[in-house]
Amino acid sequence: MISMKILVCISHVPDTTSKINFTENNTKFDNNGVQFVINPYDEFALTRAMWFKEKQGATVTVINVGNASTEPTLRKALAIGADDAIRVNCEATDGFAVAKEIASVIKNGGYNLVLAGKESSDYNGAMVPGMVASLVDFSFINACIGLEIEGEKATASREIDGGKEVISTSLPLVIAGQKGLVEEKDLRIPNMRGIMMARQKPLNVVEPVNSENATAIASFEKLETKSSCKMIDASNVEELVHLLHTEAKVI
Amino acid sequence: MSVLVFAESSEGKFKKSAFEVTSYGKKVSELLGTNMVVLTINSNEPSLLHKYGAQKIITVTNSNLTVFNAKIVSNIIKQVAEKESATTIIVDSGANGLYVAPLIAVELKAGYASNVTALPSSTSPFIIKRKSFSSKAFANCEISTDVKVVSLAKNSFGVFENEVVGSVEEFSATIVESGITSVSIEQTKGKVTIADADIVVSGGRGLKSGENWGMIEELASVLGAATACSKPVSDLGWRPHSEHVGQTGKPVASNLYIAIGISGAIQHLAGVNSSKVKVVINTDPEAPFFKAADYGIVGDAFEVVPKLIEKLKEFKSNNA
Ligand SMILES: Cc1cc2nc3c(=O)[nH]c(=O)nc-3n(C[C@H](O)[C@H](O)[C@H](O)COP(=O)(O)OP(=O)(O)OC[C@H]3O[C@@H](n4cnc5c(N)ncnc54)[C@H](O)[C@@H]3O)c2cc1C
Ligand SMILES: Nc1ncnc2c1ncn2[C@@H]1O[C@H](COP(=O)(O)O)[C@@H](O)[C@H]1O
Repeated sequence: MISMKILVCISHVPDTTSKINFTENNTKFDNNGVQFVINPYDEFALTRAMWFKEKQGATVTVINVGNASTEPTLRKALAIGADDAIRVNCEATDGFAVAKEIASVIKNGGYNLVLAGKESSDYNGAMVPGMVASLVDFSFINACIGLEIEGEKATASREIDGGKEVISTSLPLVIAGQKGLVEEKDLRIPNMRGIMMARQKPLNVVEPVNSENATAIASFEKLETKSSCKMIDASNVEELVHLLHTEAKVI
Repeated sequence: MSVLVFAESSEGKFKKSAFEVTSYGKKVSELLGTNMVVLTINSNEPSLLHKYGAQKIITVTNSNLTVFNAKIVSNIIKQVAEKESATTIIVDSGANGLYVAPLIAVELKAGYASNVTALPSSTSPFIIKRKSFSSKAFANCEISTDVKVVSLAKNSFGVFENEVVGSVEEFSATIVESGITSVSIEQTKGKVTIADADIVVSGGRGLKSGENWGMIEELASVLGAATACSKPVSDLGWRPHSEHVGQTGKPVASNLYIAIGISGAIQHLAGVNSSKVKVVINTDPEAPFFKAADYGIVGDAFEVVPKLIEKLKEFKSNNA
């Protein structure tokens, strides 16, 4: 029987409650006062990896492509139970370049199951996992909401428009996951013992293969603020119907 | 040089997004001064796309492709892209579009921008606007590779009729080994899904209990709308998880979003920012959602919603 060697891809993102502001003429994200966390979708992937480890036996490595500021996020993943961590030391500004770095680590490390999130909540690229799969020629399931593995065989389900599809495939495999992989109530958070143990676990910094960027962000724009909301009296509901028809033209 | 659009169909019928990406592709090809080619797979009536500006339509018919397979489809797109010397590939942002696009990008060594909301603001350099920070902001993304892949966010461009005469050409594609087998598909039929709906009616914790959803469903049915909810509502089991919208749930990009008894937390708003018109019904005049709304009613949902249903029914019968 082959053993599972799992790589969990961790994106380091602003907490969901963060105020979004930009600096340097709207070219850089303003991380002043912003708390960074493990990307919410990656938490599902990480917890699913811990279950494989505990119930079926597996090693779990977490990886981030980023500068030194992401290390606390990787330590958090170690505190949740990953065995070791890898940080590829470069600025992650383009999804394609990030995917090439991760692909190179997979080839060198012999991983056969790669668990990632379906998108990063900051740049929302929704591209790294699919690109990784294609670069290393593994099977790939996007928007995955359930995964079982037995030996080399995998059964996965993915979200489709208005429903779900059940798929059978085999290792080696890349998953872009979300809620459903595990449920929210089952998400692991670090406990004291985990935090203590994480300090001793290896966090290896590797140098990038330095592939060229395919994209760059020229600038950011904030959402336009709404012109103020038109208030309608609760006793005058027909006015709302009227406005939706004549002014907003949506009914 | 050409622009290649993938117009997806399901059980032979085009999705609405197929017309939107075709309309969009037409405009992009005009900006680039080149022609557009539209690819369809197993569509019953490819020539429908002429109406949206598609002159050259390439269709692949293959009984092994009745179920979508991302690896096979990305490879077919690559074959057609090479044959047509396509330098810009456009897909939609549905479940399948987002699945296939990163694979195409690697096959064609192309830079990729997902969830794009507008035409390129410049073609050289190629700069295109896309959603970022969970719809709390936009990024103007420069793609510097020769070949570019774009996925268009739903309902962000619109469908434009632009009838042209043209041709439909059959292409016999090579089908690669995919390593993936579809076992089963469960899809709600007949019910409008959040992804496809022009109107979404959404309820929050203000409705007190799952048993009170009758009026939400009735309002949705009068409007031909999909139903949705806030996260706590699905966490409490009042509604299925597939209805939860927001940063950690489904994104909504409808023309009209009606939020009833939802406070408007930042994580909820992230999922509905892309909706064009928002109506908020809430007892609390200080509810943050009013700041993001176009129309607001301060009032008790249990009084306002039945009245709204009644007035809409009157409106519908007068305008039928
Ligand atoms: C990491 C993270 C991710 C999250 N992701 C999401 C997400 O994706 N989607 C999401 O929705 N939330 C999400 N949340 C939760 C979010 O922060 C809010 O808690 C949630 O949106 C509140 O839901 P609500 O508005 O239904 O409930 P409440 O905040 O309880 O608001 C109920 C509202 O109903 C009004 N009301 C009460 N009675 C009536 C009545 N009779 N008639 C009319 N109005 C009435 C009240 O005035 C109030 O404004 C997330 C939170 C975190 C921490
Ligand atoms: N810099 C990164 N380092 C490690 N994993 C990443 C990085 N960026 C993205 N990922 C992974 O890819 C998934 C999708 O991200 P994205 O394509 O950026 O939306 C995330 O949920 C992560 O699992």
